[in-house]
Amino acid sequence: MLYESSPVAIAIFASFVLAVIGLSFWLGRKGQSAKGYFAAHGEIHWFINGIAFAGDYLSAASFLGICGMIAFHGFDGFLYSIGFLAGWIVALFVIAEPIKSMGKFTFADALDAKYNSRGIKLSVAISTLVVSIFYLIPQMVGAGDLIMPLLGLPHAVGVILVGVAVTLIVVTAGMVSTTWVQFIKGSLLVFFCGVLTSMILSRGLTVNTGSLEPQTRTVTPDGRVLVDGEPQTRDHDLRPVGTLAALPERYGDATTTGPLGPLEYLSVLEDSRIVTWSGKKSTDASGTHTIYTPTVRAGTDLLKPGGYFKGLTTGKLADKLDFASLMLALFCGTASLPHILIRYYTVKDAAAARKSTVVGIAAIGAFYVLTLFLGLGAMTSGALDPTSTNMAAPLLAKSFSNTLFAAISAIAFTTVLGTVSGLIMAGSGAVAHDLVENVLGIPMNDDEKVRCGKIAAVGLGIVAMALGILFRSFNVSFLVGWAFNIAASANLPSLVMLLFWPRTTKEGIIAAVTVGMLASLTWILLSADTFEKVYGLSRDASPVPFSQPGLVTIPLGFIVLIVVSLLTKAQPQGKPA
Amino acid sequence: MADDSEPGSRGPGRAARIGFGLFWVYVILYFGFIALVLFRPDILSSRPFGGVNLAIASGLGLIAAALLLSVVYMVAARVVESPGRGRR
Repeated sequence: MLYESSPVAIAIFASFVLAVIGLSFWLGRKGQSAKGYFAAHGEIHWFINGIAFAGDYLSAASFLGICGMIAFHGFDGFLYSIGFLAGWIVALFVIAEPIKSMGKFTFADALDAKYNSRGIKLSVAISTLVVSIFYLIPQMVGAGDLIMPLLGLPHAVGVILVGVAVTLIVVTAGMVSTTWVQFIKGSLLVFFCGVLTSMILSRGLTVNTGSLEPQTRTVTPDGRVLVDGEPQTRDHDLRPVGTLAALPERYGDATTTGPLGPLEYLSVLEDSRIVTWSGKKSTDASGTHTIYTPTVRAGTDLLKPGGYFKGLTTGKLADKLDFASLMLALFCGTASLPHILIRYYTVKDAAAARKSTVVGIAAIGAFYVLTLFLGLGAMTSGALDPTSTNMAAPLLAKSFSNTLFAAISAIAFTTVLGTVSGLIMAGSGAVAHDLVENVLGIPMNDDEKVRCGKIAAVGLGIVAMALGILFRSFNVSFLVGWAFNIAASANLPSLVMLLFWPRTTKEGIIAAVTVGMLASLTWILLSADTFEKVYGLSRDASPVPFSQPGLVTIPLGFIVLIVVSLLTKAQPQGKPA
Repeated sequence: MADDSEPGSRGPGRAARIGFGLFWVYVILYFGFIALVLFRPDILSSRPFGGVNLAIASGLGLIAAALLLSVVYMVAARVVESPGRGRR
């Protein structure tokens, strides 16, 4: 669909980004120490840190991807929410305190505290970079997706805008400004999702008899876009979709329910009939055609598992394993994400780390509950773009008012800013503190270390922009699933075994991190999903049985660690690898 | 810190044990739910409470349980670590 950019949206958005960047410059006005740049002096208040956890974690994938997935496929999007939140339990109960007590600036510090091995620092720094970059891709793709409707600019411009803004934020004041940006973003996000949810509930559900004629979008070989055979213009565009076909019988002839309570909303929706749309692609000499066709479905079908993860209903074992693998990776992945782990170094002690995790869980949990309503609200809003699942949340806001649309889009954009700045911060620490100082053994004073971190941040910003443009056609939740898989496979086995198995050796850790990372990365590159969406090959050509590697590669990491540790005797420590 | 090789002595022992116990409670809840999704989706589409089906109810329940367990942990850890109670 083509979108009109609104001046209000541009104004809200511009003032927002400028305010955030201005704040960063203000926070960074004084010269900084390395502890200030990389860990915000360890002086962030636990409550601020907790909300910043939410701001760090609730990425474009959570906001745009999950909403879109619920709006188009029903319950299955909520499964992502459940998995994303469950991961925090691992972070809080197993990982938080040891990470806090063992490390200084980075996750490699903590893993290496006992061994002082360059090999560990090298492998963990590389895995931090790989995970951060994989996690950056969906954030940047989300930014590009947002900029189109908001400012009427092309995808690439959105990606570059985010890249430049974030690099500025990180370079000016490091972890201090990153924390404040994430705090502001986290609070705004939860607050506005709350506002939007209460508007959905007070609007209730209304029958909308939109046209059920199929629609076709064609991209001709010379790159023109046709809608139903005619060139696409503002007046001749795909119709917005996502409507309610019928209310439950108990409403008789009424076409609207009026305001509903939260549980009432869900149960009315279950008894209603809903129109969802799906696209099918075909290619011939005249171009690539996507035909969008409607299906009228019972609410009960949409609110049960199996709408997106088709494998849950086909009974094929490989599909079931794929799903189990994803849910395992989400569970284990959160506690292995470097940008989340570094946030434990910004508070003063273990008790503060605990309290801020609880605040984080509360904010994130509330957000996911709200997202369920946003997704379902979008599903029946009559405003969805059939070509883009990622646009569901902003378009839902548009169905209320253009100002709200502008506000929500601006917040979604800040969402990207907050998460990307956390990721770039994590990567910058891995490069400056782990790679340059500890692995290469280049001695740096405080100032040089901060400068090195800033140069790394600029480099990572550029990489992020390039990847965001390259991967533009992916659903962002889906890509985040991959990042979680790699994080969990590479980092979790070492973290857990180091804490609970005294015989763990440094060789075991190096092997587990390296094998876990390479195995999950290789698996992803060979998966049917990558074959189809990245290389444009047939799904059947893929040599791996399912797309999500976690179920195999997480246990593999544990096995490698145990075997290698048993083969290598624990040595007197202090020797570099 | 680098010379302590006994993981149990690292950090507050009792708080960590409580955390670990709560962790297993959640593991059972979460993977129990995943098992239902995989093998008995029919149970999840049932509506034992009248309105909302079990799939939605258990999803909301898992989110609430995570928050509840984390609060229990925070309070319990504060109690066992508070001065006068002894740490080990």
